[in-house]
Amino acid sequence: MDHEAEVIPLHGDTPERHTGPPGELEQKVASALRFVRRRLSGDYQVDEFGFDPELNDRLLMPLARQLYERWFRVEMLGLENVPDEGPALVVGNHSGTLPLDGVMLQVGLHDHHRAKRNLRLLGADLVYQIPVLAHLARKSGHTLACQADAARLLGKRELVGVFPEGFKGVGKPYSQRYKLQRFGRGGFVATALRAQVPIIPAAIVGAEEIYPKIADLRSIARLFGLPYFPITPTWPMFGPLGLVPLPSKWIVAFGEPIMTDEYDLDQADDHTTVLNLTDQVRETIQNMLYDLLRRRASIFF
Amino acid sequence: MPSTRPSASAAGVSGSSRVVLITGVSRFLGARVAEALQAEPSIERVIGVDTVPPEASLGRTEFVRVDIRTPSIAKIIESARVDTVVHLNLVTMAATARMTTKEVNVIGTMQLLAACQRSAAMRKLVVRSSAAVYGSSARDPAVFTEHDEPVVPPTSGYAKDAVEVEGYVRGLARRRSDLTVSVLRFANFLGPNIDNPLSRYFHMPVVATVLGFDPRLQFIHEDDGVEILRRMAVEDHPGCFNAAGDGVVLLSQALRRAGRPILPLPAPAVQTLGDVGRRFGGLKGFSPELLRWLTYGRVIDTTRLTNELSWRPKYSSEEAFADFADSQGLGHGLPTEIFDLVTGGVRGLSRR
Repeated sequence: MDHEAEVIPLHGDTPERHTGPPGELEQKVASALRFVRRRLSGDYQVDEFGFDPELNDRLLMPLARQLYERWFRVEMLGLENVPDEGPALVVGNHSGTLPLDGVMLQVGLHDHHRAKRNLRLLGADLVYQIPVLAHLARKSGHTLACQADAARLLGKRELVGVFPEGFKGVGKPYSQRYKLQRFGRGGFVATALRAQVPIIPAAIVGAEEIYPKIADLRSIARLFGLPYFPITPTWPMFGPLGLVPLPSKWIVAFGEPIMTDEYDLDQADDHTTVLNLTDQVRETIQNMLYDLLRRRASIFF
Repeated sequence: MPSTRPSASAAGVSGSSRVVLITGVSRFLGARVAEALQAEPSIERVIGVDTVPPEASLGRTEFVRVDIRTPSIAKIIESARVDTVVHLNLVTMAATARMTTKEVNVIGTMQLLAACQRSAAMRKLVVRSSAAVYGSSARDPAVFTEHDEPVVPPTSGYAKDAVEVEGYVRGLARRRSDLTVSVLRFANFLGPNIDNPLSRYFHMPVVATVLGFDPRLQFIHEDDGVEILRRMAVEDHPGCFNAAGDGVVLLSQALRRAGRPILPLPAPAVQTLGDVGRRFGGLKGFSPELLRWLTYGRVIDTTRLTNELSWRPKYSSEEAFADFADSQGLGHGLPTEIFDLVTGGVRGLSRR
């Protein structure tokens, strides 16, 4: 890191009077102060998608990590199926009423993958209309779910994540848990075929139980322009407390990459190929989900 | 898109006797481009037109006071045997009523293009457009390339004018396929000498931003803008090109770098503030389009331009902003100074 090399001139800076090496705490404080100073003076870089790696590593990820390690106690399986470098498309099942599954997937790959990969998620346009969430999503490396952005990220050799079920998946009632919804028109497959990148199926178990949606107030949802307005056992009955997710035990598994380079480029425009491959990915994830569910001792442990 | 030209084989630097006409020459960009073009030995005459006389001497450039909304522009093009028109008249800062701006932008362009179409000597048209044609919304792709359509097309202001101007230019390119037509979609200009609605916004004593949004912005330095227009006028580069400095800057980041006090407000409050500022303060030209841009931002891909010219802008977006902030005395870095003062104290305490 080149940041380490720069010495911030502080007032009355005199040569170190300490004899031994500076304490660990002191180093931590100094590093935190340098970070705050860089933030205050705008001395950092963002990419064209608005990804701010420093803010992500030092502020957003540590916050999400608490949830990952202590609350959901996420277990990651099959991380070796995610390539160390180069572009790939991670395709997962979407659930949980609020899209925490995306964030946990990101933390897992960031903390536990050999190459510490940053997952660049493709999010619904609603995310980019909501104040605060809009820019935090971008700063954390994510962008809008559209063909152009997906192709651009893959072209830059990034690891891209997508939930083809979209709102149908994340907002499905609790009774439908772990039943994969329709995978749209397979736009993600066409993108992967065009970019000739492997598709990595990911099954996420645990997210379904964080906010069990037992009813949906459609009229209120329409009023706020939301895709659904969930009723869970705790929301809205217990007010803001209802926003605390239930501490379910999560297991995430990555399946073997589905290669797309054996297809011709023009097959990206062939609906039969695209839909068949879409079904194949969907079935793979569904089977992985059943396997994981059998493995899990109970919802909370 | 004017891609097929019968005269394409005769590309490169065109014939020796060249007469260039520049519209909007009394404004900053026009004057700078005139200055650059009159230094070109291959150009015989530079004629600058505008409705108001230029503030400073234009040197070798001949100034003609003419309103491009009138047919007299055709007479000048005909009688001077103009072969290259550099159209820089897009008014982005509404100093006058909106109707007048729109008339200058749209009717003016129509008259000018009609004159170009009739003139037998015409060979090349360079048009200054704006990246504002892509609009600005939450549903935009992260990066716009030249063949992307706007997701939410601009509905008002100079952005809509620019869309209409480009439409007329495409029409002319179809009817006169022998012309070399270059359209440049510039990002927002910044630099030491720039005075536009954006520069005035940055000069606000407390800069109001839209609460909960942090747009990705791009800037083009004035020197790079002039260089691009010069190359377009002197060489043949038909097509439509995005033009911006490399990289992006977040609004919060730019304001922090310049050490400006930031005041996040809900969008309607920012608009009200802008309206009040426009009427009573120095915030000339604060428009709803500018507010949308300050909410959602916009990023354009400049690969096509840099490939075509085999050249990159000298200033990245960051550097263009830094040059603007430094030379206009924007930055004083108060928050950082206070921080250093405080942490200096903390450091001192821990030493004792």
